[in-house]
Amino acid sequence: MSKAHVQTTINGEQTEFLCEPRQSLLEVLRETLGFTGTKEGCNDGNCGACSVTVDGVLIDSCLMLAVEADGVEIGTVEGLATPESLHPLQQKFLEHAALQCGICTPGFLVASKALLDHNPDPSEYEVRHWLAGNLCRCTGYDKIVRAVLDAAQEVRASA
Amino acid sequence: MSSGNGYKVIGTRPIRHDGVDKVTGRAVYGGDTRLPGLLYGQVLRSPHAHAHIKSIDTAKAVALPGVKAVLTGADLPEAGDTIVDLGEGPARLKYMSDNVLATDKVLYSGHPVAAVCATSVHIAEEALDLIEVEYEVLESVLNVREAMQEGAPQLHADMTTQEFGEDTGKTSNLATHFQHKLGDPDQAFASADVVIEREFQTATVHQGYIEPHNATAMWNSDGQITIWTSTQGSFTARAQTGAVLDVPVSKIKVVPQEIGGGFGGKIPIYLEPIAALLSKASGQPVKLIMTRPAVFESTGPTPGSYVKIKMGANKDGKIVAADAYIAFESGAYPGGLVGAAAMCVFSCYDIADGLIDCYDVVLNKPRSFAYRAPGSTQVAFATEHVVDLLAAELGIDPLEFRLKNSATTGTRRIDGVVYPKMGCKEVMEAIRDSDHYKSAAPSGSNQGRGISVGYWFNVGLQSACTASVNSDGTVSLTEGSTDIGGSRTSIAMQFAETLGLTAEDVKPQVVDTDSIGHTDVTGGSRVTYATGWAAYKAALDVQEQLCARAAQLWEIEADQVKFEDGTFSSGDKSYTFKELAGHLDETGGPVIGRATVNPDSGVGGSFAANIADVEVDPETGKVQVLRFTVIQDAGRAIHPSYVEGQMQGGSAQGIGWALNEEYYYSDNGHLDNSSYLDYRIPTCLDLPMIETIIVEVPNPGHPYGVRGVGEANIAPPPAAMANAIGNAVGVRPQELPMKPGRIVAALATGG
Amino acid sequence: MPIAWIPSLMQKLTGGQHQIEVEGETVRQVVEALEVLHPGFKDRIVEDDRIKTEIAVAVDGEVVASGLRAKVGPESEVHFLPALAGG
Repeated sequence: MSKAHVQTTINGEQTEFLCEPRQSLLEVLRETLGFTGTKEGCNDGNCGACSVTVDGVLIDSCLMLAVEADGVEIGTVEGLATPESLHPLQQKFLEHAALQCGICTPGFLVASKALLDHNPDPSEYEVRHWLAGNLCRCTGYDKIVRAVLDAAQEVRASA
Repeated sequence: MSSGNGYKVIGTRPIRHDGVDKVTGRAVYGGDTRLPGLLYGQVLRSPHAHAHIKSIDTAKAVALPGVKAVLTGADLPEAGDTIVDLGEGPARLKYMSDNVLATDKVLYSGHPVAAVCATSVHIAEEALDLIEVEYEVLESVLNVREAMQEGAPQLHADMTTQEFGEDTGKTSNLATHFQHKLGDPDQAFASADVVIEREFQTATVHQGYIEPHNATAMWNSDGQITIWTSTQGSFTARAQTGAVLDVPVSKIKVVPQEIGGGFGGKIPIYLEPIAALLSKASGQPVKLIMTRPAVFESTGPTPGSYVKIKMGANKDGKIVAADAYIAFESGAYPGGLVGAAAMCVFSCYDIADGLIDCYDVVLNKPRSFAYRAPGSTQVAFATEHVVDLLAAELGIDPLEFRLKNSATTGTRRIDGVVYPKMGCKEVMEAIRDSDHYKSAAPSGSNQGRGISVGYWFNVGLQSACTASVNSDGTVSLTEGSTDIGGSRTSIAMQFAETLGLTAEDVKPQVVDTDSIGHTDVTGGSRVTYATGWAAYKAALDVQEQLCARAAQLWEIEADQVKFEDGTFSSGDKSYTFKELAGHLDETGGPVIGRATVNPDSGVGGSFAANIADVEVDPETGKVQVLRFTVIQDAGRAIHPSYVEGQMQGGSAQGIGWALNEEYYYSDNGHLDNSSYLDYRIPTCLDLPMIETIIVEVPNPGHPYGVRGVGEANIAPPPAAMANAIGNAVGVRPQELPMKPGRIVAALATGG
Repeated sequence: MPIAWIPSLMQKLTGGQHQIEVEGETVRQVVEALEVLHPGFKDRIVEDDRIKTEIAVAVDGEVVASGLRAKVGPESEVHFLPALAGG
């Protein structure tokens, strides 16, 4: 199978790669480009562990072909922190103990960031509704929702 | 910053040591393992629930470009009759080995029959399609009571029923039968004023961890095998792999990667021997990751069950007799999880006469395995329902009835064990004293409140810990308990408390099987208890050595040095820990503390309770959780946030088990809902905030009073939900899950 | 004297007795004493000089890893239970 040449932007950096047409964006991010922060939980779009943003839109990267990444901007968990500091969402997840095994955490962080970019002052219901596509089996979600609401407040305060 | 409980570190909420790596995506989980020359493997699984394997032809797969090796069960060493320890119980090696790769028969849809490695996972998948397996399909059995009947399809021709150390010589699907009896239940029932008996069934459910099983292996030409895997027990993974491959454990190193959930399901091995043999055949490292359908179809779910409970009480509200008949699905191979159910079924109550009759039954589903307090949820669902009915029959408030009959320190359970100090009554009292319970029960139409209690006995087992003092007064702490939920921090906190250090001064690492002494599984609610104890003892060892070093510097005898509050002193001379650490090189060199534990007693046990408020939609049968509280006895909460997290997590799993989760089999034994779409675990939209109340009845068997909290919290939720639904709409289901269709049907027939 | 509690499925061997007082300072001695009183008892519990893997012994309510060598006090209770799994 001959490979496609794809040019894309990931976390603000221009990147290019070769891939087979049958490879998902998730597979290429992890195996070809080394962005293993994005996780595979189900590979059929039901758990959200592979959440990334594409031109600001939240998607499951297991449901997108890598060739579709050509010319778009992809955001992964690796793009949340700066060299100086963690993103408030990451910091609040740590403070609230909103992770136990941590495998769903990158997906939740990317999804939560997309929420706050879209709605900086969500209610608890709006947080739960937005994050319903991200499954967590360890926490029961309570501390995750609290962390997101707390981070939203902090982001609003520093804006 | 102290916690106000007399401790400086215990009871505080430091950021977990592995936190930054986990929120930035840098933490390396098993699926993230990267090695030069890595090949990718995949497993071919049986589409049939029960069949003889007549032949397997792998020639076309071998010939596919990119394929480097192909395996079948014939490539595993002969297993013979050996018994091995799985990490928390015994197993026949042949059963373990056949579950890795089938030899003569397949016993469940999803049973592995062959494996391939190739230069890409896609080529490996293509190769699976080229493997030709000839099956002779047999009749299958999927229900525990059907499997127990005369004439049911028999899974193992040579499996005889074991009755407590005695081989009955009878072959059937009944693997084990045993009983516990206390006093004279027949007489006690005869004299009871009220007797209630009910039957219950629970569906097979899965632990549902988000991370699929994975293993990467490299079999070097010198015979050394390294395995990188997400596991709940590196040492048991090593032992099981060594047993299946017939290789001494000294030849195997298991390097635990970060693990994305386990709940008991990542204690048994599935992929490790396959990865190792594929590596041996190909000469390169091989990684296998299970597909999500394979996780559901092929890895150990918790037993589905049939439980019959009979309880008798007197007019004064005292329970006088209790009987339980418990039949557990063991899946394709005998399992032994029903023993734990026997210990839990009446564990919350003081009952003088009773009989517990238990059956472990094989059938054509994947081999059952531990899921968080395995067996406790199934029996709590049954007992707590009957307890509520008894209370109603006697006209006594259900909480008062439970308090009146509560087990306490010194109570003898029907299985004979006498309770040491424990917090059953305190947990029930915490229900009574909670804001939730004191608030009015929801009174709208189709709304109701239910309560329940549950138990898990916890285990101790072996742990080791070493501590290396750094010259800046920090400590590197190595331990072998893989961290599924923040335990490395709780262990570091116990070490820090002992030496007057901060949690940040202690750097915990989870290391491989060559780098630490034998450490048993992360499971059984044992890590904060046992590995924490090992850390405590290692800290005492460090303390003793440092006293000797201070004595050297002061040119006095070691027994003249005191240690208190992080300071070593003698008369008016003193060193802080940090100051003394700077002098190690001149007083004899490095200081390493070490300790091992294998407690024979003092494990304790944890009780948990729920208050659930629900609303039922009578048209659709959908149950909404309005408010949910979980109460648990933690003995001493080392890191309260992570104790709360365990309580909330177990509650969420219990709610899913109560309302939606089940294995859905078609008639031919195929698992039809092996995806997260159709195996419906709770999303964050399904749940409210989960209120937590930590009760602390310190465990006298632990230096800091710790009781493991990982498991007991999953026992009460389905029962609380059933009791709430019963109070809401007048039907109290006896079958799990209490899914919408079932509720609607029950409402139509009136129960 | 320590008391051995006999599992109900083994009471056929002990003539229906449920609790038996026997001398012994270790589990091994208790088992040997029970074997003397009720021949066949030991074979149900012990194999190759170790407690069978599918059986656990609890002394005073706690399962003992040291098996036959576990110490038993003059007031102790010894129970024989099915060995277990957890998660």
